[in-house]
Amino acid sequence: MTLNLEANIAAPDDFYQELIDLHRELTDEQSATVNAKLILLLANHIGDMEVLRTAMAAAREDIVATPTSTSLPEPR
Amino acid sequence: MKTYTQPVYPYIKPSELGGGSPHHWPVIVAGAGPVGLTAAIDLALRGIDVLVLDEDDTVSVGSRAICWSKRTLEILDRLGCGDRLVQKGVSWNVGRVFFRDEQVYQFDLLPEPGHRRPAFINLQQYYVEQHLVERANELAGAELRWRHKVVGVTPQTDRVAVRVSTPDGEYTVQADWLIVADGARSPIRGMLELESEGQAFRDRFLIVDIHMSSTFPAERRFWFDPPFHRNQSALLHRQADDVWRVDFQLGWDADPEEEKKPERILPRLRAMLGEDVQFEIEWASVYTFQCRRMHSFRRGHALFVGDAAHLVSPFGARGANGGIQDVDNLGWKLELVLTGQAPERLLDSYDSERISAADENIRNSTRSTDFITPKSKVSRTFRDAVLMLAKRHAFARRLVNSGRLSVPAILADSPLNTPAAEPFAGRMVPGAPAVDAPVIGDRGEWLLDYLGDGFTLLLFTAGQPADPLLRELKALASDPIACSSVLVGAAEVALPAGARRIADPTGMLAERYDARPGTAYLFRPDQHVCARWRAFDLAAVRAAISKATGQIAEAERQVA
Repeated sequence: MTLNLEANIAAPDDFYQELIDLHRELTDEQSATVNAKLILLLANHIGDMEVLRTAMAAAREDIVATPTSTSLPEPR
Repeated sequence: MKTYTQPVYPYIKPSELGGGSPHHWPVIVAGAGPVGLTAAIDLALRGIDVLVLDEDDTVSVGSRAICWSKRTLEILDRLGCGDRLVQKGVSWNVGRVFFRDEQVYQFDLLPEPGHRRPAFINLQQYYVEQHLVERANELAGAELRWRHKVVGVTPQTDRVAVRVSTPDGEYTVQADWLIVADGARSPIRGMLELESEGQAFRDRFLIVDIHMSSTFPAERRFWFDPPFHRNQSALLHRQADDVWRVDFQLGWDADPEEEKKPERILPRLRAMLGEDVQFEIEWASVYTFQCRRMHSFRRGHALFVGDAAHLVSPFGARGANGGIQDVDNLGWKLELVLTGQAPERLLDSYDSERISAADENIRNSTRSTDFITPKSKVSRTFRDAVLMLAKRHAFARRLVNSGRLSVPAILADSPLNTPAAEPFAGRMVPGAPAVDAPVIGDRGEWLLDYLGDGFTLLLFTAGQPADPLLRELKALASDPIACSSVLVGAAEVALPAGARRIADPTGMLAERYDARPGTAYLFRPDQHVCARWRAFDLAAVRAAISKATGQIAEAERQVA
């Protein structure tokens, strides 16, 4: 299986609205938790490691890492 | 400590300092911890004289390593110490994981019957060391010298000279091989200017042993973010003598000296156990942890084992258990090399096999640590998301990582293996350690009782073994590197020397080995499978033994 990058959702505007509505009245932290749970649920549904890897790489595209992330400093 | 009195082993002035000429040892083991002692017992049982040097005169202070895996127990069974440890220890198979105030997950590490040993026993390291010292002292081939500190190591091409410091002065002793089992800080590694590379983690854990009567079951309990220790994790294990091990994650900023004080520890324990529970603190320590290993475990005639060679975080009980598998792997190879039956290069396979095992242990314990001690905000978010989902959904329980507990390494890529030419199902691939099964025979009720004396061929038969087969088994048993045989299900006929008969009354043995009549398995002396066939063939078995002892590759190299 390969990652489907063509339009695959019948009513894209409906989906998008529900995705935004999902986060209504949540703090940023709560939203981050909901997003993380959503990713885990969907990833398990997909299951195929190749598809997941391709999706992760596609998600990371155009994002340039900066050293001022929230990561703790690496220990020596 | 109330429940345990440290033995003191006597210092004896060595003969070298009394005018005696220095004895040359086949093997010296530096360090009488669980790994060094196991090495010494294994070698002494193989008829190899071994000298153990330890700078101290007692066993481990504090319980330290407490979880001894099924494979460790099986190795110690082979060395004649399994029963004592299992009787003294607390057997367990079940672990529970809690998130905040609810259980999210439960696992059983040994969900099938038909195994002699449980998934784990918990037993304080000092008991294990004490029993191993007592076992070593029963063996004429092992000499233990206490308050003998290695202060210098001089590698030579075919031996090692070891400088030893004692209360009566220094002396030098020579060995064909030096097994370096001197622990995480390994002074000998430093003397040889070798490094162990890897990463340290920015977290601190408090471990406390308490003496407490409790009806808590013998299970591993792990809490993420519990009400009694918010935003951190905690771990509880039952040990022998009503001693309980509690681990509290403290975070990087904790002051290790302050946290060790009873006035700091008691409120943590009270919050966890309740105000009414009676207990006494036996021992406490604050630790940080690291995952690292040496580039190579062999340097000339010095062989590194256990924490000296590789270090893991404690989640998963992969430290001491990994070390004991190191020496299980090393003992038979050293014997064959020392007796001239195998080329020295067989010991290179110790390096390659145990490095891949160490990497597996480091990978697993690093992943556990990343889950328990998330390094970033997003890592923490995903961790908590997994724990929230785990309560409701089965899939997420597989992602919860409170420690992937030690399982023996499968040496699938070992150069000593002969790949199977015919199809097989199941777990027993070449490189896997033998899985136990109940059997009936003259040496015991478990398959592993029949494996481990040199190379062993396990042959599944039906009815009467033919005379030519029996002649060939006899020939195998009288080869220079002898291979004994165990016939499963054979009829009551006279068997040649070196052959035994066992029965498989439950069928578990045949099932676990995907065996049909004719199927043959070849086991190394450390009980790992090195070849398997659907039909016995004398030449194929001999070739597999040659390969497993480093001889075929030698011949190929000479041809090339």
